[in-house]
Amino acid sequence: MYKIVRKKELNPTVTLMDIEAPMIAKKAEPGQFIILRVDEEGERIPLTVADFDREKGTVTIIFQIVGATTEKLNHKNEGEYIQDFVGPLGVASHTDGLKKVAVVGGGVGCAIAYPIAKKLHNLGCEVHSIVGFRNKDLVILEDEFKAVSDKLCMMTDDGSHGEKGLVTQALRKLIESGEKYDEVIAIGPLVMMKFVVAVTKEFGIKTVVSMNPIMIDGTGMCGGCRLTVGGETKFACVDGPDFDGFLVDFDEAMDRGTMYKPFERHKHEETCNLFAKEVK
Amino acid sequence: MPNMSPKKNPMPTQDPKERSCNFKEVALGYTKEMAVDEAQRCLNCKNKPCVSGCPVGISIPDFIAKVAVEDFDGAYDIITKSSSLPAVCGRVCPQENQCEGKCVRGIKTEAVGIGRLERFVADWHNEHSTAAPVKPEPNGHKVAVIGAGPSGLTCAGDLAKMGYDVTIYEALHLAGGVLVYGIPEFRLPKSIVQKEVDGLKALGVKVITNTVVGKTISVDELFEDEGFEAVFIGSGAGLPRFMGIPGENLKGVYSANEFLTRVNLMKAYKEDSDTPIKKNKSVAVVGGGNVAMDAARCAKRLGAENVYIVYRRSEAEMPARKEEVEHAKEEGIIFKTLNNPIEVMGGDDKFVNGLKCVEMELGEPDESGRRRPVVKANSEFILDVDCVVMSIGTSPNPLIKNTTKGIETNKHGCFICNEDGLTSREGVYAGGDAVTGAATVILAMGAGKTAAKAMDEYIKAKN
Ligand SMILES: Cc1cc2nc3c(=O)[nH]c(=O)nc-3n(C[C@H](O)[C@H](O)[C@H](O)COP(=O)(O)OP(=O)(O)OC[C@H]3O[C@@H](n4cnc5c(N)ncnc54)[C@H](O)[C@@H]3O)c2cc1C
Ligand SMILES: Cc1cc2nc3c(=O)[nH]c(=O)nc-3n(C[C@H](O)[C@H](O)[C@H](O)COP(=O)(O)OP(=O)(O)OC[C@H]3O[C@@H](n4cnc5c(N)ncnc54)[C@H](O)[C@@H]3O)c2cc1C
Ligand code: SF4
Ligand code: FES
Repeated sequence: MYKIVRKKELNPTVTLMDIEAPMIAKKAEPGQFIILRVDEEGERIPLTVADFDREKGTVTIIFQIVGATTEKLNHKNEGEYIQDFVGPLGVASHTDGLKKVAVVGGGVGCAIAYPIAKKLHNLGCEVHSIVGFRNKDLVILEDEFKAVSDKLCMMTDDGSHGEKGLVTQALRKLIESGEKYDEVIAIGPLVMMKFVVAVTKEFGIKTVVSMNPIMIDGTGMCGGCRLTVGGETKFACVDGPDFDGFLVDFDEAMDRGTMYKPFERHKHEETCNLFAKEVK
Repeated sequence: MPNMSPKKNPMPTQDPKERSCNFKEVALGYTKEMAVDEAQRCLNCKNKPCVSGCPVGISIPDFIAKVAVEDFDGAYDIITKSSSLPAVCGRVCPQENQCEGKCVRGIKTEAVGIGRLERFVADWHNEHSTAAPVKPEPNGHKVAVIGAGPSGLTCAGDLAKMGYDVTIYEALHLAGGVLVYGIPEFRLPKSIVQKEVDGLKALGVKVITNTVVGKTISVDELFEDEGFEAVFIGSGAGLPRFMGIPGENLKGVYSANEFLTRVNLMKAYKEDSDTPIKKNKSVAVVGGGNVAMDAARCAKRLGAENVYIVYRRSEAEMPARKEEVEHAKEEGIIFKTLNNPIEVMGGDDKFVNGLKCVEMELGEPDESGRRRPVVKANSEFILDVDCVVMSIGTSPNPLIKNTTKGIETNKHGCFICNEDGLTSREGVYAGGDAVTGAATVILAMGAGKTAAKAMDEYIKAKN
């Protein structure tokens, strides 16, 4: 069992938790993830290591409440325990030799992008962060990004905070204004990453994307997380989750992500009803 | 006077119609009377051909002789001298290729039901034994075991009995390896595996789940930071292989590992499980091994109307246990042998809607000695299915090898070991599927035993 030592609501649908997991905290690097199960009957779900404290032995996760499992997780409070927590899984993001990088984050993807921006910043790399949200209420980690970025572009779809527009527009503007990036790191919804790649391809800037297919074991045993990258089958949990954006088959990945939609909707409603009953 | 009945006492089973809708155990086990009667069929041969067929050399006629006189405790003691998992092996060993394949009675009639007797003895013991496990005197030495499959569990058990302080590290949230995530409940009830694990814990073995060696902790750290004097790696067969045909990433194509893990480990067959599994009308399982049979029979139990086994050779070449093939047929699984898939077909929604296959015929024998299947001209056809499960084998997980200094693997990626299970690195032993490639429970168990003995000798010699 793994203790929740801190819980903080970042916005109405996104929650942060610090989990006591000293062995994982000791090893974790940005770009890696953990897999958890909330309870005995629970599903195994992957979440990125958003931060870690090697001294305190804690790992930070930031999750968006999208379905049954994240809903259940969000009902756990500080001091309570979750059943299983395993990691750090996947390959850490490569940061070697990078001098100037644009980090593009979309929605809860910002939680995944933040630790990489922070690491690059600490390594002395110039970091330009471009973060996008649907509206002001959904903005997360703004101060954190500010602290580790040489330039921060805050974008919202409706212009209620920062600039109005999409992250791809901001990225294009920066590139066209003459910024020369060694690499672009894009993390967010698949569509966003797909369109970021469309922009960077035009300019021939190497782009790394973080893929989030459906996973079970996260150790390379099941093959459920497979993707096509450069015409080859790759397992995101062991070969990734970072991949060369120019080579990823995004359309296939988007299709595979919707495999269990009807089941998930049903389970989420069921869970919500359950919690509603408890409240009564 | 031995019982000269030409036939084995048949195994009582759940009715095929009924069982193909539930996940309860199919084979119900012998009664005491059946067991004694079956034991009396043994001729107690002097040269013991059956024993030569047993990968761990159980004294088969001796234990059977005890069953014949209703000394089941005595029988159990004889079996457990050589085997640590009799309740498991009695259920899942391919006896027809092992002990029973060599049995003298099998030449003219049916072999003695050795596997069924083994199972009976183990179940009888589990039910009746009250003897609490004796915690051995600690010898002050620490050893680690990676992986809680049959090889790791056995190695841990043997070492614990010698007084070692044993810790098992398991990547998943549950111990048991393939016994819990692969082999379904209806063939091997999970309570039996749990009993084995509980037994180890009672001996003082620590089982630490949720720990991926190579990620959470490395083999080097096990030695340097944790102070283990020897390590056993029983990490299993590894990553599923795919065929490389078009359409394999459509929605509704699973590896057998994923399909079975969802069903068995995550209990997706239960209504209240949070883990989803696609409900299908028609399922094609590609392959002919035990894994394929298990996937097909699970698919049937999940409610599929038509379930096909698509296998490129003929039934005679199928590597699955004979009993599983028979049970699968009784449950209505349709065997499409001498058929090979060439493409998975999908609709605009990217869900599977068919499997394009060709017919095969058997040509000249290949390196494995089996006749090589060759494509029949103009034989293409489409199987109408909405789910495809690929069950065509695995290749080793490179995780431990890539994160550990000085452990060599062969060209397939399997650890290279000597006959004691010692790898190319001092103090590091390995066994089971991680060494042999996908094989059997009994071989994995045997490898765990051999390594435990060698590890004990190694540590004793050093101190
Ligand atoms: C490597 C990786 C890192 C991730 N990091 C984060 C993160 O830091 N923060 C965050 O909010 N989300 C992250 N995700 C996504 C997160 O795992 C899903 O949102 C979560 O599994 C949803 O579960 P649910 O039961 O609440 O929702 P459901 O209703 O079950 O599903 C909603 C959607 O989540 C996705 N999903 C469902 N089950 C899984 C699964 N087992 N594995 C992966 N995706 C699934 C599907 O696209 C699905 O349509 C990550 C995913 C991956 C693969
Ligand atoms: C569906 C199916 C049906 C089968 N049916 C039969 C049958 O009827 N009869 C038969 O004899 N055999 C059968 N087999 C084969 C048999 O189950 C295997 O040969 C046997 O389980 C191998 O045992 P093992 O200990 O080597 O590995 P496994 O049982 O594979 O166990 C390995 C364990 O190690 C863990 N692990 C892996 N990597 C790490 C790591 N880095 N750190 C920590 N832990 C790790 C895994 O999670 C797993 O729990 C079947 C196999 C399958 C998949
Ligand atoms: S070969 Fe058959 S009959 Fe002979 S001892 Fe073995 S089990 Fe008995
Ligand atoms: S999640 Fe199972 S192989 Fe990647």
